[in-house]
Amino acid sequence: MWQRGYHRAVSSLSLRGIRKTLGANAILKGIDLEVPDGSLTVLVGPSGCGKSTLLRTIAGLESPDTGVITLGDRDVTRAEPRDRDIAMVFQSYALYPHLTVRENLAFGLRLRKEPEKLIRARIEEVSAMLGLDTLLDRLPRDMSGGQRQRVAMGRAIARRPKLFLFDEPLSNLDAALRNQVRVEIKKLHATLGATMIYVTHDQVEAMTLADQLVVLSAGTIEQNGPPLTVYAQPVSRFVAEFLGSPSMNFLEATVAKDTRTLRAEGLSLTLDPARFVSLKPDQRVLVGLRPHDVQPALDGPAMLTLAIDVVEAMGFEAFAHGHVAGSHFIARLSSEAHALPKPGDTLGLTLADDRVYLFDPESRRSLARSVP
Amino acid sequence: MTPLQRPPPLPWRMAAHAAVIAAVGFALYPVLWVVSLALDGAQRPSGRALPWPVAPSLDHFRAVLFAHSREGTWLFARQLTNSIVVSAMTALTAIAIATPAAYALARFPKFVGAQSGTKALLATQMFPGVASAIPLYILLDKLHLLDTQLGLILVYATTAVPFAIFQLRGAFESIPKDLEEAAMVDGATRLQAFVRVVLPAARPALAVTALFAFMSAWNEFILAATFLSHESAFTLPVALQRHVGEYDAAWGRFAAGSIIVSLPVMALFYALQKNLVGGLTSGGVKG
Ligand SMILES: Nc1ncnc2c1ncn2[C@@H]1O[C@H](COP(=O)(O)OP(=O)(O)OP(=O)(O)O)[C@@H](O)[C@H]1O
Ligand SMILES: [Mg+2]
Repeated sequence: MWQRGYHRAVSSLSLRGIRKTLGANAILKGIDLEVPDGSLTVLVGPSGCGKSTLLRTIAGLESPDTGVITLGDRDVTRAEPRDRDIAMVFQSYALYPHLTVRENLAFGLRLRKEPEKLIRARIEEVSAMLGLDTLLDRLPRDMSGGQRQRVAMGRAIARRPKLFLFDEPLSNLDAALRNQVRVEIKKLHATLGATMIYVTHDQVEAMTLADQLVVLSAGTIEQNGPPLTVYAQPVSRFVAEFLGSPSMNFLEATVAKDTRTLRAEGLSLTLDPARFVSLKPDQRVLVGLRPHDVQPALDGPAMLTLAIDVVEAMGFEAFAHGHVAGSHFIARLSSEAHALPKPGDTLGLTLADDRVYLFDPESRRSLARSVP
Repeated sequence: MTPLQRPPPLPWRMAAHAAVIAAVGFALYPVLWVVSLALDGAQRPSGRALPWPVAPSLDHFRAVLFAHSREGTWLFARQLTNSIVVSAMTALTAIAIATPAAYALARFPKFVGAQSGTKALLATQMFPGVASAIPLYILLDKLHLLDTQLGLILVYATTAVPFAIFQLRGAFESIPKDLEEAAMVDGATRLQAFVRVVLPAARPALAVTALFAFMSAWNEFILAATFLSHESAFTLPVALQRHVGEYDAAWGRFAAGSIIVSLPVMALFYALQKNLVGGLTSGGVKG
């Protein structure tokens, strides 16, 4: 069967100063990124931020205007796609419509003139790994979306490339299948020990799959690090808002005379000054609070007062939508159904632990002290 | 269509069927007349409303199939060969020239001359071929290509190639770029990606385009009649027309000949119907 870490040739990827302009638009504005050997790096970002362009540049389907791409110890910046030893799984799967699953899997190996025996062995191996045995003689058009997706992954795996690129490979699957395949990809990564770059704009995929999470915004890397670190210590409002579901709430507030209390209508928060850069009296700040970090103030004094518009009960949890200090605000409530507030109620909230984020309202950068 | 969709009510379906049957009858009536004429031993058309032969016989078919020239050449075989060679070579030429041209226009629509070239091609399609019959005659005469298969192939190609380019450009545009890019990442050169992935994916369109080129050459009469003057150089439509010549109109032989000429085209249509109906690209990309 498959050997863990099938080839130990170093397959780290390094991008330096990658810029790319398409038409009149600067799409990539200087990307520097290290993808360590054997890691799974996830690129996330909103639609149009350049994720696919970056992936295509790594694959050699676009060539960067400036910058250097190093794969292993080789500069591949100007190399043809076929000379890079990279496999890519397209969002559309891009299966060859006239070839059976078997021939789709074999396509790259045949082009490389691998011996027939090796091709047969690889097809067997891959189809066993992905459960494609019964589909080998089918044409792509005779398969379901999930099966096609599997073949697309199999085609990449069969080649045993140095680097795997995935461009939103799950976005055409329904939710249940997506969860299942996501877990399989994670397992596959562990089994193969291969270097992978995975593009998505689904933050669940991003958080659960990544060794390294890269948040892109308008052609630049906004933040980059282990997913939990990025989640806990976002460098900017953009990253904070992008990760977490529902999104972080933002409120405008003013720093009080004591420089450690924040005030706004319906809000009164006391900060741990060690966590933030020094604040000045009367400074305007943007307060970030995740819906999951607030809870109803049952005995103690309320830090926030939420005027509730809508309550969404999911069974095990509920989300109360409303307003605090004139801004839209969502709070997660863990309580049972009978304790849920109703629209029109006001609800006093406190903060679990000290989970408050502060941002500069102009630059939108984090005001936390220990940002990486 | 979803399986839950209800079939239309019965009276509506009956009306639809009646309309379709009427349309089919309307289209087939003249064809049935031709068949009946071809099978009728009587010398003149009977003039009856019902297309049924008065004295059924295969004489007309025999007369057409086994006609010989004064020198003893088996004319039908000769003319059939002419038609096949001219039509097949026209189709082949059209595909061979139009495929790379259409691919270039589909994938690199901004190269120098792409826009103006396309417009020029379109312009050639606006004039009927007959409009240039006389200049073409002079050209062919100067090139000593009158009464030759090559001459006719060249003339037919001038209209078949632009048409094929438009057809195939649309086909190539509908093939997702992802397929080629996947092939190139998988280890193919651009040319290999084209030959191994794009061409097979475009096979139905290629077949249909070739069929159209073949058919228009097969059926073309006016230019062939202009450029061909020797019986042994005729294509079948020209030969056919000679049956209703100056002295007497042998409608029976004409009808029999028409049927014989139509058969290969019908056979081709039948063989290619799968390509005419459904595309092969389905299933390659997306769910
Ligand atoms: N050929 C092109 N010419 C000009 N602009 C382009 C071209 N291709 C892409 N773009 C632009 O580049 C930007 C980035 O595109 P890209 O496909 O990389 O985004 P993405 O992050 O992958 O988005 P999505 O999540 O929607 O897939 C988009 O604004 C897009 O409009
Ligand atoms: Mg994309």
